[in-house]
Amino acid sequence: MSENTVTITIDSKKIQAKVGQRIIQAADDAGIYIPRLCHQKDLPPRGHCRLCVVKVDGRPRSACTIPVEEGMAIENDTEELNAHRRMVLEMMFVEGNHFCPSCEASGNCELQAEGYRLGMITPTLPYIEVHREVDATHPDVFINRDLCILCGRCVRASALQDGKTVFAFEGRGIHKVITVNAEHGLGETTMDVADEAARVCPTGCLRTKRVGYSIPIGQRAYDHTPIGSEIECAKSS
Amino acid sequence: MPKETTAVIEQIAHQFENDPTRLMDVARAVHGRLGHLSELSIGLIAKNLGIHRAQVRDMVSFYAFFSRSPQGKNVIRICTAVVEKMKGVDALIEAFEKELGIFLGETTNDGKVTLEKASCIGLSDQAPSVLVNDIALTQLTPEDVPGIVAAIRSGGELDTLPQARVRKNIRQSGPILLGPYDSGAALRNAIRKTPEEIIAELYASRLRGCGGAGFPAASKWEKCRNSPGQSHYVICNADEGEPGTFKDRVILMENPELVFDGMIIAGFTIGAKEGLIYLRGEYDYLRGDLERSLANQRQLGLLGHHICGMEGFDFDIRIQAAAGAYICGEESALIESLEGKRGAPRDRPPFPVERGYKEQPTLVNNVETFVGVSRILENGGEWFSRFGTELSKGTKLLSISGDCRLPGVYEVEYGITVAKLLQQVGAEDAKAVQIGGPAGRCIGPKDYLRKIAFEDLPTGGSIIIFGPDRDLLEYMYQFGEFFAEESCGWCVPCRVGTTLLLKELREVLDGHATHSELAALKKLCGTIKTMSQCGLGQTAPNPILSTIEQFPELYEARLQKGDYYPRLDLQEAMKAGRACRIST
Repeated sequence: MSENTVTITIDSKKIQAKVGQRIIQAADDAGIYIPRLCHQKDLPPRGHCRLCVVKVDGRPRSACTIPVEEGMAIENDTEELNAHRRMVLEMMFVEGNHFCPSCEASGNCELQAEGYRLGMITPTLPYIEVHREVDATHPDVFINRDLCILCGRCVRASALQDGKTVFAFEGRGIHKVITVNAEHGLGETTMDVADEAARVCPTGCLRTKRVGYSIPIGQRAYDHTPIGSEIECAKSS
Repeated sequence: MPKETTAVIEQIAHQFENDPTRLMDVARAVHGRLGHLSELSIGLIAKNLGIHRAQVRDMVSFYAFFSRSPQGKNVIRICTAVVEKMKGVDALIEAFEKELGIFLGETTNDGKVTLEKASCIGLSDQAPSVLVNDIALTQLTPEDVPGIVAAIRSGGELDTLPQARVRKNIRQSGPILLGPYDSGAALRNAIRKTPEEIIAELYASRLRGCGGAGFPAASKWEKCRNSPGQSHYVICNADEGEPGTFKDRVILMENPELVFDGMIIAGFTIGAKEGLIYLRGEYDYLRGDLERSLANQRQLGLLGHHICGMEGFDFDIRIQAAAGAYICGEESALIESLEGKRGAPRDRPPFPVERGYKEQPTLVNNVETFVGVSRILENGGEWFSRFGTELSKGTKLLSISGDCRLPGVYEVEYGITVAKLLQQVGAEDAKAVQIGGPAGRCIGPKDYLRKIAFEDLPTGGSIIIFGPDRDLLEYMYQFGEFFAEESCGWCVPCRVGTTLLLKELREVLDGHATHSELAALKKLCGTIKTMSQCGLGQTAPNPILSTIEQFPELYEARLQKGDYYPRLDLQEAMKAGRACRIST
């Protein structure tokens, strides 16, 4: 046991974690998958989606933002938490307009994949039917805000990886949307199709124009194995 | 026009040293001068502060007091919170609409007046009230409206109107919060001690934070003092936004020196040179008097350089005016807002005492907590600990409103029963009492022998009383509207959940639900409570959950029998189709 590691338990399994790691990183390294949508490895965590909420010594905390501490007892894959996660997923579905059968992202979509993994059959909550604008002003990239779950990955990627701040949030509460750093639309920004920000969207909201079905249905990321398998497999192999 | 706008914004930005952390002040000033924040203004502000347009838009789109479309020269904000509803605000709105010839949310054709609604403006004891620009007009009746509108239209001075009167309504004054105070007394005692001794005095007092959470003050101060940083900051949270609370307003009107001295003592103790009072936008009318009191403190040598003649003891206080957002009462959201950003709560750790304002160790306490500190340094921690209960020391200032004969503020000892309180305020027949505002809980007569204290019924100070004839669940729905309106949108369960709660509760209230739908509503409440990031989402289901627990019969009476009730009325839905066929 070195000074730089701590021992935590996740669902009664003891694992070693590096000091300074967040719970979700430690779990990933140990091959334990914690569901997530707004979190992405190379970006700082924000805790928007709340799918990664685990119980730390009985208290709900977001695994992507909370650093590990010696002796933490964490519950992750429990029926109680998964039921809450399904409900939160449902909220994302009813907040937008996610019509999977006609969506180009189907099969690669992390929202859809989490739905399958967590066993969400169909939303039981009423649809909110908010009206959101499509932005097709950019020659190569478009924003379909109906599919936005406000994970903020594009906001962070653009600011921190592309050094551009093309995206930001606007409004509050249920009226919150993704906005761009221009008076009228994405076409006026410095957005480039090669930007990291163009690649990080977990749904079909931010997409490249003139690319469709380049990977056929049936061969897509989550067509054969559920999301999270890559983390679970990496350890077991 | 663009030229003029450019000049105005350049000048305002310059006034705040083109400092992006002062975006709140810049945006307020521009809004004040130009009447709204247009895309042109947003772009110019961004340019002048050296930040992105999207960042400015992000911030200004967050606060209720900023409008991005042109508004009237005068803005009437009608408070439509629950107590105002009880006191007849609907008739008042109607009177304003009739007199102005516009609906709520609109501007008159001559561009003179905009009529808007507002969340609680901190005047529930003198409801219904409105803010006209930054002047409060209180205890209004529909008959007052023609005179008020005439005064606004003629461009006359509004503060001379008879209704322009904010009452303190101090019903019961106690030894700590509202008693007489000789300015500087606590401070002079404090500087004879070491910072460690001051913290020890706070430990002895067992003072707990008065904003609602009840964190031990001494421990917070000690942690902040011991956190390394380039500079430390003291922040006074004067953003009381919980519907039904107004006690901090009364403290700031009655005894601001107690607050200032508490902050200066904090500065001395943790080693801060700068203090900030985050004053809610709804209390802008207090700012002039507060600035004058601060100037007076400076003259007395109690603020500024070499305080009390002590070499190297420098501390000053700046008032930060805010712009309307309940969430900013949460300390990390407040800090974000102070830095010129949207008021989104930060994840913790790190806590503000370690990394807060401008990434430095920051002590955030409520107005009332700083008053407690001053009294403790004036009279001793042991003296303070003689008041209250074992776990809740001192006294508490309660804001009492709703159905009672004597609304106003009461300084009571912790441990007072609800029954005793109701007797005092003239509400023995109360059907229900909302303790701690919508974020707290609603209790009925079977719990009236419980005590106001952290260990039993905690409250930040808001107490709303419902009389025997009130349709309680409709008021719970309005609390729900408040949360949906004030959710910051940061996290999914709160952003979406607060809106869903409204939809689902409406179905129950309208008699379109069965037991299974009520069970689903409870499940939704549970997810929002468990999964939300901050206190807003975690408490938003409380009005529903506490009334289901305390008044199950009220729900029962509205539920349909059986397991299922169709949301779609087939006959009703087919009406349009039928009409269509006949017409062809």
